[in-house]
Order: sequence, then C-alpha cells, then structure tokens
Amino acid sequence: MICEAHRGTVRRDFRSSHALTPSAVLPRWIYVPAALGALFVAVPLVAVAAKVDWPRFWSLISSPASLSALELSLRTAAASTALCLVLGVPMALVFARSDARVVRMTRPLILLPLVLPPVVGGIALLYAYGRLGLIGQYLNAAGIQIAFTTTAVVLAQTFVSLPFLIISLEGAARTAGVNYELVASTLGARPTTVWWRVSLPLLAPGLVSGAVLAFARSLGEFGATLTFAGSREGVTRTLPLEIYLQRESDADAAVALSLLLVVVAAVVVLGLGSRRLRAGGVNAW
Amino acid sequence: MTGVSVRAVVENRGVDLEFAVAASEVLAILGPNGAGKSTVLHVIAGLVRPDDGVVRVGDRVLTDTVSGTHVATHDRRVGLLMQDPLLFPHLSVAANVAFSPRSSRQDAARWLDEVDASELADRMPRQLSGGQAQRIALARALAAEPDVLLLDEPLAGLDVGVAAAMRKLLSRVLARDGRSAVLITHDLVDVLTLADTVLVIEDGRVVERGTTATVLTAPRSKFGARFAGVNLVAGTVGAAGVLTTAWGPVWHGIPGVDTVAGASGVALFSPTAVAVYRKAPHGSPRNTVEVTVAELDSLGSAIRVRAEEQPDGAPGLAADITAESASDMRLTPGDRVFFSVKAQEVSLLPSP
Repeated sequence: MICEAHRGTVRRDFRSSHALTPSAVLPRWIYVPAALGALFVAVPLVAVAAKVDWPRFWSLISSPASLSALELSLRTAAASTALCLVLGVPMALVFARSDARVVRMTRPLILLPLVLPPVVGGIALLYAYGRLGLIGQYLNAAGIQIAFTTTAVVLAQTFVSLPFLIISLEGAARTAGVNYELVASTLGARPTTVWWRVSLPLLAPGLVSGAVLAFARSLGEFGATLTFAGSREGVTRTLPLEIYLQRESDADAAVALSLLLVVVAAVVVLGLGSRRLRAGGVNAW
Repeated sequence: MTGVSVRAVVENRGVDLEFAVAASEVLAILGPNGAGKSTVLHVIAGLVRPDDGVVRVGDRVLTDTVSGTHVATHDRRVGLLMQDPLLFPHLSVAANVAFSPRSSRQDAARWLDEVDASELADRMPRQLSGGQAQRIALARALAAEPDVLLLDEPLAGLDVGVAAAMRKLLSRVLARDGRSAVLITHDLVDVLTLADTVLVIEDGRVVERGTTATVLTAPRSKFGARFAGVNLVAGTVGAAGVLTTAWGPVWHGIPGVDTVAGASGVALFSPTAVAVYRKAPHGSPRNTVEVTVAELDSLGSAIRVRAEEQPDGAPGLAADITAESASDMRLTPGDRVFFSVKAQEVSLLPSP
C-alpha cells in the first residue's frame, strides 16, 4: 500500500535524476571500445566523402540515369513505407496485446526477414508472386504481372522493412500498456473509436520512429529487389542498384551516388526521427 | 436511481463473494492487499470475466455466466476512477471531459465547472498537478453519465491537503447525484466521510459487512479491527459475559444483546483501555494476559505498545500508555509484559 501510494513520487524522482550526470557511474576504460566503435562506423563514411570528385560532383549525380534512380528510390520507399504502416500497425498491436497461441507462434515467422539474407527474401517472393509462383500463377492467368515491375520493388522493400516497423511499434505499444484504452471503454467508447482516438494517437511517436526505420531500410534495399524485381532502368533500378552498376563502369559516379544516398538517409533519420527514436512510446508525449 | 448486485467467483484470483449496493449508496471495500478488492471492481466493469457469477446494475443484467451474458465494458455505463488519473495525454482537458460519446462540449464545460476546474479547460494534461488531474478525471467519468461509479483508491496518490479537497468534492458529487458507488480505500477518513456501508474482504471472501458506524466502532473481522484501531480477540462465547479463546485465556466483558452462548464471538476493547505492567497485577475483575512486546510507536503524546500477533494470526493487541510510564518501565521490543483490561471496557459481540 505504501508502495502504491508513492508511485507518483517515484516517477517524479526518476525525471529529476536527469539533472545528475549518469556518466559518473561508467568505468573509464569503457570509453576506449566505445570510441573504437564510433570510428569503425565513421571512418568509411569519411572515406567516401574524401574520395568524391568534388568538381564533377553535381554533374555526376545529375545524369539522367542517376536522377531517375533517385526518383524511383524515393517513390518506392515512400510507397513501401505506406504499405508497411497499413499492414504493420495492426500486426504490431495484435502482437503487443494478444496472448493467443497462434499469435505467439506467428510472431517469430513474421520477424524472420529481419535476419534473412535479402537475396533469400527475393527468391522467396519470386516463388510466391513470380510468373510461376504459388500465387503468381493465378495472378498471371488474370493478366497481372508483378515480378520485374515497380510493384515488385515496393513488395521487396516492404518484405524486408516490415519487421523493423513492427518491432519498433510493438515495443512502444507494450510500454504504453492498455490502461488508457480500458478507461476509454468505461467512458462508453467502442473498440473502433478507442483505436482511432486513443491507441493510434498515443502510439504516434512510435509510429513515426517505426516509419522512419522502415523508410531508411527500404531506401537501402538491394538483394531482394535485384532478385525479385531485376534492374530495369527507370522501372526497377533503384539507387543502390544504380550504384552497384556504376561501380563497374564509372567509379567516380558510384562514389558520388553513394554519398547522395548517405545524405538522403541522414536527412530522413536525423530530421524526422532521431528525437522520436530515442523517446519512443507514450512518454514522448 | 440504480443499485448494484454482484456474485462472482474468479478462480485464478481466489475470489468468491457476493454483495449488493443499494441505489444511491456508497459502499467502501476494505481489505489487505491482494484480497481481491480490485478484481471485484474489474468484474463489475466487465474487464474480468468471472468463472461463475452474476452482475446486475438496476434491472440490467451485465454478466451472467449461466446464460452466457457478458455486456461489453463500453455498454455497461459503469464509471471507473483509479489512482492514476489516466487523462489522455494528446487531448486538452476539455476534450478529455468531452471524450465520452455520451458527453459533449457543453457537458464538458458544465462538469469542469462542477469540479471547480473551468479555468483548466484549455490546458494539456502534462500541465496539471496530480490533484488537478484527478479532478478532471472525475469530471470525465461523470460526464459519461455512469449508473454506478467505481473508485479504486482515487485519493491514494495525492498529497494530504489535495486529497482532502478531492474528498470533499467526491462527497459533494456523490451525495448530490444519489449515484451508487463502490470505493476501495486504505484510508479511515475516506470511509468516514464518503461511505454509507463497509464491506471487509479477506482472501477473496466477504468477512464482514455493515454500516460504516458499526464496522468502525464494533468490527467483527481482524482487518476491520485493525482498520478501526481497536483490539479484537476471537473465541467462543460462554455464559454470563465470558469469551474463551482457542488457546486458553478467558476474557470477561459486557455481552451484546445478540450474543448467544456457545456460538463464536469476539471481544473488542480500545487500546486506551489497556494498562501495561511488568509484573502480574493484583485485583480480580480484570482481564490480564501475558504478551511479548513487538513494537513501540509514538502517537503524539501517547506511546502505542503493540504485542506480537495472537496465536490465531489476528493482529497483536495494542495498548496506549503515556510516554512517561513507557520510559519508567524501559519497554523494548521482546520484553514480556502483562496487558490488563477492566471487564467494563470489553464488549462481547457475535462473529458474523
């Protein structure tokens, strides 16, 4: 009882402890591996920037092939992020709220693409939605072709990005708990009303960070796209594919495009997401 | 005006009880932690499905395990106010109060006025103090026009002064609307100021039920006695004002009108009626027991001497003595002492 009565106070104390310096509790030697790790990530990025042929930079990235690849990348990444939200948000909430056996058993399967080599994902997609695939053969009979089209790019990107969105949102939903939803139902709100007016708004911060992760992952997608969608200029050749091709013919162009991809990804992650990525969940409100 | 009746068995929480709340009655549920108090509220609100039971509010059957009835929470018209106000953080105060489909902007304004919070209408929940947030949460619950209001320790998280103001507000709102309510609390003042009747639950069972006045002055259960701050000894009523405990000692007291010889009963007496001695006192009309001191507490000018738990697990007997006599006797926990009470100070009552 005492513990319950003081719950509010404890929370307040945690907040005020931000004024302390948490780094004081770290052993000093830990900064050495931490710095090594930071260098490991930062050095290659600097190396790319150093290698860029700056005087020709603009002309390199503004060639018609590059521009069309960039545009295709942004377009497909946006589409797959939208698809991830439509499919992933309900799935994340079901995973967070349901204790049913079938849900518990499905979860690892759905998250498998997280650890699967993207090429394998591409092959799997091909045998599902390709011309002779499990579902693709019926689609083909109905005159619908998916493999090696822009749609295939979007599907490939969604396949690999969906788990990122689900994991991020599911965590936020678990942290938030269901108390707000329960109170809303005692106030007479039907489950659908609660979903739109309470659950989703409360999860908005987690939603943003999940969408940013999914978009960034889609932007970098390579293996599954190449396998399932191929590399047709203007149709399925996204920026990562263009970079890989250019590396053979024009290394300078590949470097310039790589830097472009780094910048686009950085703008998305830093501009939209970094604050949300840190403070996911209901506490971000 | 609607009453509530509940019969519920929830096996995995060890709950098996039955009670009713009359229309416009406020029932306080008391009991140790884990006794099943919150589970009872969750059953009424439809958040927990009992394994066996019936819940009725007015003439509506909300839960009936025999016929398979289970009305969804949103259709029950049962309001719930918890220790955490749980205001929706993304909505303004006014939007929170107008949240219910049965509420509106006009209703919200009226209810905010009712809880003296009109000036907070445009604030966001994070800009409110704990007491303000709980007032808004009450307005939000009432704006949904519930038939019955469930209060799960709504004052527990508040500072003393703020809790007093909130208690006053609750008492005003409950008295004026004549709405039935079920209140879970650990606070004697809440019970005194808000409740008409008291239900004591121990281990998922109802052990005592009565008007607030009866339970606070003449409790029959261990928890009721500890809550009311009186000593309680359980035993068998004998002839002519005698109560024999299962472990030996006999208590003399004044029997109540409804005590029956041979039935189980309780002896009740106030801690202020108990005298403490180092050596067995002389004089016949007194009840004297030898006990071990468990702890000493300061009660303002007095010292409460709490003895170790009674052999049947009931709370240890308490004696209130002056600080002077406590220091004269140099009492410390672990000492063997004699507690002595005059027979006129002991009431003998039947157990429920």
